[in-house]
Amino acid sequence: MTTQSETGLVAAPAARPVGTPRHHVIIFFVLLALLLIAPFVLYPVFVMKVLCFALFASALNLLLGFGGLLSFGHAAFFGSASYVAAHAAKVWGLNPEIAILLGVGAAALLGLGIGALAIRRQGIYFAMVTLAFAQMVYFIAVQAPFTGGEDGIQAVPRGRLFGVIDLSSDFTLYFVVLTIVVAALLGIYRIIHSPFGQVLKAIRDNEPRSISLGYKVDRYKLAVFVMSASLAGLAGATKAIVFQLSSLTDVYWSMSGEVVLMTLLGGMGTVFGPLVGAAVIITMENYLAGFGAWVTVIQGVIFVASVMLFREGIIGVIAKWLKKPL
Amino acid sequence: MSEASNQTQPGAAGSDIILSARGLTKRFAGFVAVNGVDLDIRRGTIHALIGPNGAGKTTCFNLLTKFLQPSAGTITLNGQDITRQSAADISRLGLVRSFQISAVFPQLTVLENVRIALQRRRGDSFDFWRPQKVLSAFDDEAAARVNEVGLSRHLHEPAGELSYGRKRALEIATTLALEPEMLLLDEPMAGMAQADVGLISALIRKISANRTILMVEHNLSVVADLSDHITVLARGQVLAEGTYAQVSKDERVVEAYIGAGHA
Ligand SMILES: Nc1ncnc2c1ncn2[C@@H]1O[C@H](COP(=O)(O)OP(=O)(O)O)[C@@H](O)[C@H]1O
Ligand SMILES: [Mg+2]
Repeated sequence: MTTQSETGLVAAPAARPVGTPRHHVIIFFVLLALLLIAPFVLYPVFVMKVLCFALFASALNLLLGFGGLLSFGHAAFFGSASYVAAHAAKVWGLNPEIAILLGVGAAALLGLGIGALAIRRQGIYFAMVTLAFAQMVYFIAVQAPFTGGEDGIQAVPRGRLFGVIDLSSDFTLYFVVLTIVVAALLGIYRIIHSPFGQVLKAIRDNEPRSISLGYKVDRYKLAVFVMSASLAGLAGATKAIVFQLSSLTDVYWSMSGEVVLMTLLGGMGTVFGPLVGAAVIITMENYLAGFGAWVTVIQGVIFVASVMLFREGIIGVIAKWLKKPL
Repeated sequence: MSEASNQTQPGAAGSDIILSARGLTKRFAGFVAVNGVDLDIRRGTIHALIGPNGAGKTTCFNLLTKFLQPSAGTITLNGQDITRQSAADISRLGLVRSFQISAVFPQLTVLENVRIALQRRRGDSFDFWRPQKVLSAFDDEAAARVNEVGLSRHLHEPAGELSYGRKRALEIATTLALEPEMLLLDEPMAGMAQADVGLISALIRKISANRTILMVEHNLSVVADLSDHITVLARGQVLAEGTYAQVSKDERVVEAYIGAGHA
């Protein structure tokens, strides 16, 4: 039976791909297995940092790689969620899951406001509007009393998940963070592969044509902007709980640049690229920490080299090689 | 009032006019690209809009489909004033345009390109939580429409990898999937090899069977062959109107073409 239907497929002019590609499922489970082993081999806080940034980069990639919108102000969502979560956990004494949810809510609202204004602009002007608003958020973070200015919000309690599970152990926290990030990444995967995602890709590919087919593109662009901002917020809020710290670095423009770099290096518009990009950049920062200010220079060189050598990013190039979407 | 009275008085504005414009004008920073154009497109005809480069044809298309907001004038579709509607709404009312430069979704497959149009039947697609498998309900029809324009062998190829002529064919298949009442085609033969011109020409004739078509075209033999009625535009204004035989004899038309360096 099986062999018969397989030969039938080969004979057909073109195979019809239906459902989730099998190689995506395989890669997913291999990654998951590695991540389950990781805390026993690597420093858990380091892997949690990679996970948070992998989510952050995937959130940006949802907007950039699938919506065709380059935001240069995503630190605003990452950072404001991180502040709100830190404040909620420390000052209001809320459970970590509530603190994180409040952070996500703040990022979503901010995303709605900034997105509504930014999507009226195209291309580079869109990027400039997002950057301008992110700088305003940064300015507020510097001035507002609740952010703690230069000090940030320190010694944020990790608290107890649902008031029950004590998260003070890195090990316990690791599996909570892994659950959050994997769930969010699966959510992004679904968005990309939904009827909504299909329209999104059409708008990315050719906006006027999408309009001429009757799609009200502004609504789709705003929707994906808010989703991306919320997911960036989830990454920022989770990071605040992990590091028990929220600081100006989280809202600074270089954070926006770094997440764009991760996405491009890994491969924008791919599923796995942002994860690889985040892992490479965070690992680099970790091991090059001794070089001080040179880290930025080395990053710059790597970025220039990668853009010149493989425009499609690491995973983009591999996908082209294998002739399979990754 | 009745259809019969419309037929006896073809001059009166009646249901035989699908799309009309009055005093259509577009100014760009002091420059008037379209200047007081009146147009009446009769239902079921192929109407050609011709004129030298820069005459304002594409701008007219952008105004009629609301990709640009007119500076003055009104547009009526099936008796309904659409001057203030959005471009997406115009498409939903059955008036669908193509573009001067081929407009496909390059990273989507040929099948997905057509399916994006079919997907419109679900209304809006904001359901980001559903798997795209729900769209496979449209696969058979999409494949059939791809087959109609002879692209079956490329069904699962990214549209960006098709040759120029095939991209234009895919574009037509995508547009037709919306089953529009009226099509606006902006230079459907532009940049096409002679062999493809014949193919697309035949395709346009085929799809015109129960539709109205307004097209911009530079290839005058195609215009002569296909169109029932012609409007000649020059410097943003209507220069002449009529059948190909009438228009081609008009001195001003000949002059405008020669003046602009056209044969
Ligand atoms: N967005 C715009 N801004 C300024 N001028 C424009 C714009 N679009 C078109 N034009 C001008 O309007 C005139 C008509 O252009 P167009 O409608 O493209 O002509 P056609 O399609 O007949 O060749 C041209 O002179 C062109 O330069
Ligand atoms: Mg033109």
